[in-house]
Amino acid sequence: MDKITESLLKLVSDWTEDGYKGAFNIRENGGCAGRMSTDNIKIEPKEGGSGIDIYIAPGTKDEKVYIPACISKSGVDDLVYNDFHVGEDADVTIVAGCGVHTDGEEESSHNGIHRFFLEKNAKVRYEEKHVGTGEGGQRKIDPVTDVDLKEGAVLEMDTIQIGGVDHSVRTTRGKLGKDAKLYIRESIMTDGNEYAKTDFDVVMEGEDSGVDLISRSVAKDDSYQEYHSKINGNARCVGHSECDAILVGNGKVNAAPELFAGDLDASLIHEAAIGKVAGEQILKLRTLGLTEEEAEQKIINGFLGA
Amino acid sequence: MFKLENVKWTAEDGAEILKGIDFEVEEGTLTVITGPNGSGKTSLAKVIAGVEKITEGSMKLDDVELADKDITERAKMGVAYAFQQPVRFKGITVRDLIELADGSKVEEMDVCRIMNKVGLCTQDYIDREVNDSLSGGEIKRIEIATVLARKDAKLLVFDEPEAGIDLWSFNGLVEAFEELKSEKDKVLIVISHQERLLEIADNIIVIDGGLVRQAGKGSEVLPTLMHGEVVGDCPVGKVRD
Repeated sequence: MDKITESLLKLVSDWTEDGYKGAFNIRENGGCAGRMSTDNIKIEPKEGGSGIDIYIAPGTKDEKVYIPACISKSGVDDLVYNDFHVGEDADVTIVAGCGVHTDGEEESSHNGIHRFFLEKNAKVRYEEKHVGTGEGGQRKIDPVTDVDLKEGAVLEMDTIQIGGVDHSVRTTRGKLGKDAKLYIRESIMTDGNEYAKTDFDVVMEGEDSGVDLISRSVAKDDSYQEYHSKINGNARCVGHSECDAILVGNGKVNAAPELFAGDLDASLIHEAAIGKVAGEQILKLRTLGLTEEEAEQKIINGFLGA
Repeated sequence: MFKLENVKWTAEDGAEILKGIDFEVEEGTLTVITGPNGSGKTSLAKVIAGVEKITEGSMKLDDVELADKDITERAKMGVAYAFQQPVRFKGITVRDLIELADGSKVEEMDVCRIMNKVGLCTQDYIDREVNDSLSGGEIKRIEIATVLARKDAKLLVFDEPEAGIDLWSFNGLVEAFEELKSEKDKVLIVISHQERLLEIADNIIVIDGGLVRQAGKGSEVLPTLMHGEVVGDCPVGKVRD
């Protein structure tokens, strides 16, 4: 593993010189840079090296598994398929960050296709942090997340992309069974000429299922963001989505939320707000001694949870 | 000593809101500024804090001119201001604001000491976002707490601190003002119509139409307010032009 990969791992996960505690699989420039299974979490390569299967035994509690992917040079086009099979009543955390570094003129990209199969009453906290570093060619990250939640399963997905990624298309699809819950928290910041697109499509098929989707984004400089969410309620269910965006400089955001109620008892709500940092917020923080620039940064950092 | 001389402020639409305010306030005293709605009280608070810049006149804190200082500079000089309409933030917690006000990381016990003065339980609020989930009364109390947390404050301005606050919390607030007053090194200005605050004021200044209509010791001004003849919307009655 090279030094750049190590620094990327620190940015996207809680990597230390002692490595990870728990099961892990580190992907570096399309290859495997390290892998370890535990008694309860087995990581197995797919045939042909296209990705891995992660099997989490039923009833596994309080374990973490790390599945980071890093690209440390220009000219790499990486595509990986990772499938997470989470057994009944398991309760685990999955950390799957991605870092792309370019120094040469060529672009590099990482496309991670992650599929989650959560069995009855399984609970997963999924953390995904994306960063780009270096002064070279374009850095692209296009993650796809497919979620299949069985009865009573819960997935909390926390995704962050703050700076350095020139082009990103994030696609998340979900199918929820009875009593299943999906919570998504997304924070995105773009600057320069970066482009980021978010596309959510969640279908609630089971009675009393629920989805709560909160997206907060900041578009700075000449960057451009697109947001599209579709929540489909085909049973008695509750869906809520909230898309808030802050514009700085010439940043632009196009938000297009969509709700589909296919059942009389589906209760779906969407909230959206786009605008610059409120002047009164800056004034308040300035009365506490911050400069205008410090106040704006504090507001943005708080907004993004950074 | 905080001294205003001929302070004028004209709004963006050209309306002259403050038409020449003069008064001075000593350290270790509580001054309540009162007057009818639209008389210029909140505008006065804003020009003191630097949220609005005066168009004419002078404002000196310990002989240092404030008029040419911006909001940040005034805050660093010890001017603290509790907004009449508190600001809400997404993602910024009560702890964040208290730490910004204090200027450093704070222990939970320190936050507890401040929050107790405004009638809030630290454990329930310290990690809550200062957002729409808070009621009007809750966010008002947090706003006041951000001013009470200012260790370096020399001039504290509270704009209608009683608004939206329940009786029990208000009692604590009165005690907090009296405690601040007892510190002797702070100038305390409260904009209020609240009788209890008027009663504990060392000085009362009545503003109407952008001018000081009456000023003096609380014990002298308060009876005239309570028994004054009301003319139009002016509780000052006979003193109106």
